[in-house]
Amino acid sequence: MSKRIDVKNLNVYYGEFLAVEDVTMTIEPRSVTALIGPSGCGKSTFLRTLNRMHEVIPGAYVTGEALMDGQNLYGRGVDPVQVRRQVGMVFQRPNPFPTMSIADNVLAGVRLNNRRMSRSDADELVESSLRGANLWEEVKDRLDRPGSSLSGGQQQRLCIARAIAVKPEVVLMDEPCSALDPISTLAIEDLIAELKTEYTIVIVTHNMQQAARVSDKTGFFNIAGTGKPGHLIEYDETEKMFSTPSVKDTEDYISGRFG
Amino acid sequence: MTTPTLQPQAALGGAGQLPKHISWYVLAGGLALSFVVLLLFAEPTPASVIILGGAIYVAAIWISSRIVEGARRATDRLATAVVTSAFALAMIPVVSLLVTVVDRGRTMMSWEFLTTDMTGIFGDMRGGGAWHAIVGTFWVTALASVFSIPLGIFTAIYLVEYGRGRLARAITVLVDVMTGIPSIVAGLFALVLFNTILDPAYRSALMGGVALAVLMTPVVVRSCEEMLRLVPNELREAAYALGVPKWLAIVKVVLRTAIAGITTGVMISIARVVGETAPLLLTMGIITSTNLNAFDGRMATLPVFAYSSFRQGGVYLERAWAAALVLIAIVMVLNIIARLVSRYFAPKGMT
Repeated sequence: MSKRIDVKNLNVYYGEFLAVEDVTMTIEPRSVTALIGPSGCGKSTFLRTLNRMHEVIPGAYVTGEALMDGQNLYGRGVDPVQVRRQVGMVFQRPNPFPTMSIADNVLAGVRLNNRRMSRSDADELVESSLRGANLWEEVKDRLDRPGSSLSGGQQQRLCIARAIAVKPEVVLMDEPCSALDPISTLAIEDLIAELKTEYTIVIVTHNMQQAARVSDKTGFFNIAGTGKPGHLIEYDETEKMFSTPSVKDTEDYISGRFG
Repeated sequence: MTTPTLQPQAALGGAGQLPKHISWYVLAGGLALSFVVLLLFAEPTPASVIILGGAIYVAAIWISSRIVEGARRATDRLATAVVTSAFALAMIPVVSLLVTVVDRGRTMMSWEFLTTDMTGIFGDMRGGGAWHAIVGTFWVTALASVFSIPLGIFTAIYLVEYGRGRLARAITVLVDVMTGIPSIVAGLFALVLFNTILDPAYRSALMGGVALAVLMTPVVVRSCEEMLRLVPNELREAAYALGVPKWLAIVKVVLRTAIAGITTGVMISIARVVGETAPLLLTMGIITSTNLNAFDGRMATLPVFAYSSFRQGGVYLERAWAAALVLIAIVMVLNIIARLVSRYFAPKGMT
């Protein structure tokens, strides 16, 4: 349940505007990769191309390749819906479905796709996903309550449970902790450390300490100026990135001289 | 006033406070004064006493507040007075209408009125009722709803979820134009449409339904569009990220979240067309007996029944008022249902 991702010369366009230019990187299975960089440098845009979520915006397209275990995500005839079933995503602001209960939220990936599931299978999936997201103990007595009745940190863990319930290969996280308090953030970081034994995780974060704590490899994106495309400046083992980065820009960013 | 009675320093503005409930005393005083003035110089009537009293109140409270409490508080009181007066003024026709209709409609209102039609009733007879009109209103509204609700909802879905270019813009403009179509024009359209395709003497509830659908569809489109746009985009993204195809995401997430607002909008659009008279006059006419066939022949409807009863005068006038009362009751019931549905379906836990 985890695949490697190879990105080769990926360019991301919004209509005529080139947002991210020429990214090449390899993401190993069962690892956590962090993407850091200043605001507007294209890291979220790049993250969204990994599950073709950028196509929700009209006029957005990519050139180049993104391969998952050798299969081109952008190949001819590849259905973006199928891609998204294999590459899940957790967003910055927790977004549980307000009309559904907690259990229904976890099962949303199954239910919304009209797939049938026996009652016992469904209950099992709810429990295993909520356990996987470290939320089971807290909500096991109130699975029928609406999804939005939880606190922010719990909602985000619910969204993570929802994402892993469809058993994806890769889980993308777009600044999952930026809307949460430090305790909830710690809970999610612990969760990421556990999840990486089963999933490939790519996380975009503004918080460099978080990147240092949580990831195996880190990619630093930067942008030359507003209106210019973002680039991947450096991509290396986290320990090396944060102690002896090879590129000066990386060092400036990490030591807080800009961004 | 519920502010504490500390003496604020001059630097913080405001020298003091008027006593509690002063506005009521000033209002009473103003009304009394205006009554006396009108008694001396003219004829006091309820309307003139209230208007003059209101004017005196506004001036008095503003001046005294300005002197005692300072400019800002005075402006606050003035604004409160003006807004409250405007509200009271706006309520007058509504309340007056309700009172009049209830008062005049109840003379003829009875179970018999609601369950018999006008067959065999003529001249000064007091029997008969609006049953045939109630049936007709039901049929024509049901047919109009069958046409316009699906059409309206799907158009709204297209405009919000799919439409990007010229077609969407054209549709939006056309819907805007349609909201302004005079109801008689809608009636003429239905009349000509059916009389060209079928024979020139064709009349039926179906024609009335088509005419009302022309009036109802743009209202449904507008309100559904608003409700769909209110669904936060992050919910759509959450569904897409789970690998849900777009149409399923729309049906199961967007529509489900917006259903409360959509139902309210639909109910309101029904309430709007249920009283349209002109198009129904053309397309359905009026008869005295009950016609249960919606596709053939004239049928009575409540607004047209009220109009034709009014024209005949005499005891028929009471029937007109009773029919108007039934119409208002229907509109009220629809609005209450809309509120109940809205509350039942509203996403729980969402502000």
